[in-house]
Amino acid sequence: MEIVQIVGIGIISTILVILLKQSNRLEFALLVSTITGLIIFALVIDKIKYIVDTLGNLARNANMEFTYFSTILKIIGIAYIVEFGAQISRDAGENAIASKIELGGKVIMMVLAMPIILALLDLILKILP
Amino acid sequence: MDISLIFKIASIGILLGILNIILDKADKKEFSYIVTLVGVIIVFGMVITLISRLFDNIRAIFQLY
Repeated sequence: MEIVQIVGIGIISTILVILLKQSNRLEFALLVSTITGLIIFALVIDKIKYIVDTLGNLARNANMEFTYFSTILKIIGIAYIVEFGAQISRDAGENAIASKIELGGKVIMMVLAMPIILALLDLILKILP
Repeated sequence: MDISLIFKIASIGILLGILNIILDKADKKEFSYIVTLVGVIIVFGMVITLISRLFDNIRAIFQLY
């Protein structure tokens, strides 16, 4: 039962973070919450890998163009990393830095999505008489 | 990935809090700051390897290069 493990880790580290915040150790509270996120991610990483592999097989069987699929995967990965960094900054009360991290992520995602948008426009132009 | 790292970091934090209070009471403000700094550096050294491992994992799974 991995879910029990994950919830237990979350509750325990929440209590520890509150304890650390009470004793005015904000930097350690931040580090504990970061480590908690890392450990929970490490617990589910095998499952994420399984899901991604399955989706990749499905895409290959459906004869989808593989570049589109890998682009979507890349965007999901960037979204996860950006979210991780932004949440840490926001937890520490640095909303400005968090917004900048998100801005960077959005720009990079847009760049990655450009070929898809161009392909879509090409398709529309082909359909139009 | 072991959970003991959470407890390790939290206990270091609590210990440093106590040390800080003691040093402040003994009128050694400069030492209390140094102690905090060293603690943060030590713990950050533990955390940074894990963060890099997380990023490597994400890069491997989502084919980000």
